[in-house]
Amino acid sequence: MALDDQKPSGFKFVGTSPDRPDGLDKVTGRARFGADAYAPGMLHGAVVRSPHAHARIVRIDTSKAEALEGVKAVVTRADFVDGLQGEFGFVLENVMAGEKALYDGHAVAAVAASSQLIARDAVKLVEVEYEVLPHVTDVDAAMAENAPVLNDSYADASVPAGHHPNVVRYHDSGHGDVDAGFAEADLVIEDSFKTEATHQGYIEPHACLASLGGDGKGELWCTTQGHWIAQKTCAALVGIDTSQLRVTASEIGGGFGGKTTVFIEPVALALSRKANRPVKIVMTRSEVFRATGPTSSTSMDIKIGMKKDGTITAAQGIFRLQGGAFPGAPMEFSAMCAFAPYSLTNVHQVGYDVISNRPKQAAYRAPGAPMASFAVESVIDELCSQLDLDPIDVRLKNASREGTKASYGPKFERIGLVETLEAAKAHPHYSAPLEPGQGRGISCGFWFNHGGETSVSLALSEDGTCQISVGTPDIGGSRASMALMAAEELGIPYENIRVTIADTATLGYNDVSHGSRVTYASGLATIKAAKDAVGKLCKRAAAKWGIPEDAVYWEDGCAKPSGANAGNFDPMPLAKITKSMGRSGGPISGHFEATPEGAGVSFGTHIVDAEVDPETGKTAVVRYTVIQDAGKAIHPSYVEGQFQGGAAQGIGWALNEEYIYGEDGRLQNSIFLDYRVPVASDLPMIDTVIVEVPNPGHPYGVRGVGETGIVPPLAAIANAVSAAAGVRLRHLPMSPPRILRALKDKG
Amino acid sequence: MKKIHVTTTVNNDNVEFLCDPRETLLDVLRDRLNLTGAKEGCGTGDCGACSVTVDGRLVCSCLVLGAEAEGKKIATVEGIAKGEELHPLQHKFIEYAALQCGICTPGILVAAKSLLEKNPDPTETEVRYWLAGNLCRCTGYDKIIRAVMDTAADMREAS
Ligand code: FES
Ligand code: FES
Repeated sequence: MALDDQKPSGFKFVGTSPDRPDGLDKVTGRARFGADAYAPGMLHGAVVRSPHAHARIVRIDTSKAEALEGVKAVVTRADFVDGLQGEFGFVLENVMAGEKALYDGHAVAAVAASSQLIARDAVKLVEVEYEVLPHVTDVDAAMAENAPVLNDSYADASVPAGHHPNVVRYHDSGHGDVDAGFAEADLVIEDSFKTEATHQGYIEPHACLASLGGDGKGELWCTTQGHWIAQKTCAALVGIDTSQLRVTASEIGGGFGGKTTVFIEPVALALSRKANRPVKIVMTRSEVFRATGPTSSTSMDIKIGMKKDGTITAAQGIFRLQGGAFPGAPMEFSAMCAFAPYSLTNVHQVGYDVISNRPKQAAYRAPGAPMASFAVESVIDELCSQLDLDPIDVRLKNASREGTKASYGPKFERIGLVETLEAAKAHPHYSAPLEPGQGRGISCGFWFNHGGETSVSLALSEDGTCQISVGTPDIGGSRASMALMAAEELGIPYENIRVTIADTATLGYNDVSHGSRVTYASGLATIKAAKDAVGKLCKRAAAKWGIPEDAVYWEDGCAKPSGANAGNFDPMPLAKITKSMGRSGGPISGHFEATPEGAGVSFGTHIVDAEVDPETGKTAVVRYTVIQDAGKAIHPSYVEGQFQGGAAQGIGWALNEEYIYGEDGRLQNSIFLDYRVPVASDLPMIDTVIVEVPNPGHPYGVRGVGETGIVPPLAAIANAVSAAAGVRLRHLPMSPPRILRALKDKG
Repeated sequence: MKKIHVTTTVNNDNVEFLCDPRETLLDVLRDRLNLTGAKEGCGTGDCGACSVTVDGRLVCSCLVLGAEAEGKKIATVEGIAKGEELHPLQHKFIEYAALQCGICTPGILVAAKSLLEKNPDPTETEVRYWLAGNLCRCTGYDKIIRAVMDTAADMREAS
């Protein structure tokens, strides 16, 4: 899309922050989330899970469970489709184990009963005989020569010879000559880093209500970021035609990437088919932690060379990501995002996707990027401090700009990194004095953002109001953004528009609400669907006036003749046209569908002040500022909310959150008491600055905003801790015990 | 297992139900009384999504047994608005965009209302500590804290 197609300014609705359309439902308890659906004759399902990290399933005896009063169905792997290949095969293996249980919490059977209590009792009556096998949960250990083999057929052709079969994919990219670059540097720093796995931690556990008949027709209600992917995957796993399964997305209580796949949904469908009754399954929190996608844990080596003036001469990174028992750890995103903020002549990045006895990783906000950024931005910070250079000046000196060849290959279009750095430098936070014992850190971060398949329909009502059907679950206020964009195009009040998340029977395929794509892609489709309707409105007015269609244009909610030659007619408002639409040619709708390719990449810069208690090792975040390029903020309050939420999750990742496995390969902290996400008293207010450098690929300039915000916090906080405590932590989270150890080692 | 008969009051309505001795108050509210406003985020008392009050005291309903409701007065998020009229906290949460997904909102509203009834003039720190038992994964709490503080200020002015 050319820039001159863009609406440069003069917005009437876009850029305001009206009340969200689902606000009332959400403050009164009326909104229906995944677990809030009930059906006549409904059964409750529960899942039998492996207590072992790695075990051959010798025998499953369901007879005692089946004999329990109230139990209506028991399913095992035999109740699902055989022989699925590729991603569907991995998902099925994850949803219900076949020959082996591959991690603590791996599903091996499921029951449906007349109450949840009976279902949970029945779970205990399912007898599973296991042959326990050696296991591995650490990424470096899983790559080592004598590591237990999970599956020797998962590695693809990308993996060079000589690697352990647990290395299943390999990535190598870059340009220039890094050795020559390091030779030019005045200082080269090389360091190793580790990060532990974290969970998305959405407060709403996975929940669904499924109904499937022997005729192969089904209904599924579930909390999901994408009901079309759920439809496609579930249909494949239970062996029915995709179109015969209608999926409705409930209100979603957080996802952050973790609800982009299925876990219990196919199981509920299989149980329902067997029992011939609707089946509801709601995960417990412990099941969420043990069996749904956490992030990858990582092990990384970074080497960067710098001249005395701050010029980076070469950069190199090795990123090893453990993604659980199946291929798919986002190591290529780690590799591609790591050095994206920098314009580099010599850069080289390598990634390893490693399997281990942990749950299948799922996307988490900018998957792969925060860890890589932590490692790279820590080394940059160390270089700045050893060369006595200002960290923002160094980043500005090396910053990627329009036309820079990105570390991952393409040339950047218009981007806003420099603007975020300049805003950071000018922000009062950056120059504010620090208290004794405090340190300040900064970091940049990058995320691609995404387009994806998108389909939107819009229909006008006789009274001049508008209803819009979009296919991307609203995870943080996107219905408000869609209504604002449609209001802008149609020229009718925001309040006159209702946006609904349509079910799979109503629209064509829509990609998941992920990749920060919703306001960009569904927004673009909403704008184009509105333009489609506007074209039809103009046509009706032209017919009424008896003038050619192209002599009519749309402005401020009215059709107008385009000049004196076109004729002298009063502007015809939308409501006047729709009032008679039944007699003037029928209903007026707008539609748009595409896979938009113009998602604009986005950068952010964060500033954080931290204070470390040398006695307890506890780190307090005392001040935090997020500066990020939104392209164009459609609903600024919810853009700020995305920035703040990303920062808060990053703070948790940096300081507290981690999956802790015992020697036995079992997850030791599967409740919120032990897996500690930030609570209100842990955080300060989170200041935000919205930078707007328009994305040339969107009519209003929108870039995604959801993900970039979690990329910089890990390094920014590590850099602040290093400044405050005089120790650099290269292993996340920087929990009190790790900080105390580092302080002790320093002496 | 034999069921227990319970007579209680929920949002000023008299209600009766039968429940298994193992069922929590949260289970009863949601599955037997159709009050799905209280949410189960953890079932272990760590997230606050199930917050309700029992005889005016803020509790996690996942940690209370249904049978314990006998003779008590239970208040849930469904009872916060009076008919069409929203509570000031509800208005402010919408106005401040203090929710993204909204799953934590019912629990946070119940908890915040209970705070303001005890302490009409809380400091930011007091609000943060009072709400420390209510997890929100979406917002980073900033807008929630501001909404509560501003509601408190408005309510003080109005009284
Ligand atoms: S569900 Fe009761 S505290 Fe989390
Ligand atoms: S708004 Fe989603 S958890 Fe609070």
